[in-house]
Amino acid sequence: MNYEGKKRIWSEFQKEIPDDRYFYARSCIRQNFNPGAEQAFLDIVRNRFGKDFYEDPLHTTCGGIAYHSDTTPEETSMTIIARQFSLMNQAGYRNFVVSCVTSFGLHTEILQTWEEHPEIEAKIHELLWKACKREFTKPDFLMHSSDMMYHYRFLISEQARYPLINVHTGEPLKVVEHIGCHYSKIFPSKSVGGAEYPRVLAGLVEALGGSVVDYPERRHCCGFGFRQYLVKANRGYSLTNTYKKFESMEPFHPDLIITNCPGCNYFLDRWQYVIAETSGKTYGDTPGYGIPVLSSEEVSALVMGYDPWDLGLQMHQVAVEPLLDKMGVQYDKSRKYKGVGGKDLGIPASPANIRIF
Amino acid sequence: MGKIYERLMSDVRLQEGLKACINCGTCTAVCPAAEFYRYNPKNIVNIVQTQDDDEIIKLLKSDTIWYCGECMSCVTRCPRTNAPGQVIIALRTLSVELGYFVESEKGRQQYALAKVLCGNILNYGYCVHPETFKYAAHPEYGTVGKWIEDHLQDVYDRVGANYGKSGPGPLRKIAPESLEDLRKIFDVTGGSARVEKIKALSRKKAEEMGLSEEEYFNEVFNETHGEHLNQ
Ligand code: SF4
Ligand code: SF4
Repeated sequence: MNYEGKKRIWSEFQKEIPDDRYFYARSCIRQNFNPGAEQAFLDIVRNRFGKDFYEDPLHTTCGGIAYHSDTTPEETSMTIIARQFSLMNQAGYRNFVVSCVTSFGLHTEILQTWEEHPEIEAKIHELLWKACKREFTKPDFLMHSSDMMYHYRFLISEQARYPLINVHTGEPLKVVEHIGCHYSKIFPSKSVGGAEYPRVLAGLVEALGGSVVDYPERRHCCGFGFRQYLVKANRGYSLTNTYKKFESMEPFHPDLIITNCPGCNYFLDRWQYVIAETSGKTYGDTPGYGIPVLSSEEVSALVMGYDPWDLGLQMHQVAVEPLLDKMGVQYDKSRKYKGVGGKDLGIPASPANIRIF
Repeated sequence: MGKIYERLMSDVRLQEGLKACINCGTCTAVCPAAEFYRYNPKNIVNIVQTQDDDEIIKLLKSDTIWYCGECMSCVTRCPRTNAPGQVIIALRTLSVELGYFVESEKGRQQYALAKVLCGNILNYGYCVHPETFKYAAHPEYGTVGKWIEDHLQDVYDRVGANYGKSGPGPLRKIAPESLEDLRKIFDVTGGSARVEKIKALSRKKAEEMGLSEEEYFNEVFNETHGEHLNQ
């Protein structure tokens, strides 16, 4: 084998990730559905690894979901993103981290378009000035939150309290990694590992002790499709594509699905519930349970010993308990659905065919 | 070369995303929309490349261009580095600009999308927000989603979100000056004009169909009539 040649080919898919001083842009979807994951992510990088990670409360949505639902012109998102860059400049940072994959794809595309069409960037400078009296310079580095988890995977592994190993069998947990389409399918060279063999989640899973499942529909879209999910009349598109993935991964008996996109996470979680309630079918290897679906931040935090309920894992529909038990995580079952200070919030209704605890 | 084709080609996404197609069908083979809907991205690329305005206008008035999920799976695999998904975005943009989107059932859904998503951005500073993402319209949110909705502040407080409050953190209240910035950005970049256009043309269509605005919203959001599925 020509090792040098291989190295050269893969060098295109290595991603340089700076080691400190990050500016954070939150994800609309993650904030709604799994806000604990964002908090754990910041806490890990800031407090476990001692890095400077800044969040400016004045930042907003990038408008990515509206753009990909064809309701806004690209200039609108370009200018909103230029405003976020301006906030980053003002705070004295050069490394921009986004938590949403749609947003990461859009940032990447916009930076690429500006590179190839400086006249468009010049126009956005004018528009931002006209709207907000702000100026901006582009970031030196653009990262997705999963890039950061990949970058810090060996540090996470050093602090691992519950690695991705089945404590009953001593075997690595079987993990399906699902990468959001817009992470690397548009601009493979801006990701860790490219679009055909992305390493961003696989590298993290392996560093934490798990083994990655290769299955036929591994790279198939989760089925979000923007308008295909957001409009109720189209939602069968989303469900059908997720169903296709589950049918394809089922023979491999995964213990866990790890995602980097907050949208994919929601769909792979919630459509399991819909499949169970409409057809009776569940995909977990414990009868009556689904396959837990966690983000790269949630998996990292769990491995590092964060309490699952502080992390907000109760906000997933598919019960995570079978996974916690396999990992040997210590947790208090009775606190799952409690509020601050143990406040009684009742419990969610039990679905007919898929268990929630 | 037709005028509509010329206008389409002025879109930078089309300049970058359309070279001579070799009809290999790779895009269609990997396309999640092509399996579900009567949809074939290869044919879309072909029609655009005919440069035939009549054919392109038919496309702009059809359901077809609204079937794509903009996943961009086709972009990775096209041996000609074409981007059928980007061609679709350019076609949809033109369909709205020329007012053709109201001619198809799937195109009319732009009314619901623009109203909800741009409303969320301008009113809350988020694309998705708990005030408008409701279990009733999203039953797949599940029993856990219903429980979250019923105990919204308590659940968000429990997991460390900053729901509805000032300062940083998840779901923080976006400050009025930031919302004002977003509104001004919408105004100067054509965002507001696009939304207004979608709303005005939709109101006209609703009238034609004998529906009130609310009935029209419910119709486009909930109902499906045509033969869309690839069975
Ligand atoms: S972007 Fe559209 S055309 Fe391309 S693969 Fe995805 S759904 Fe199909
Ligand atoms: S993959 Fe590319 S070359 Fe092949 S049919 Fe699609 S657009 Fe044409």
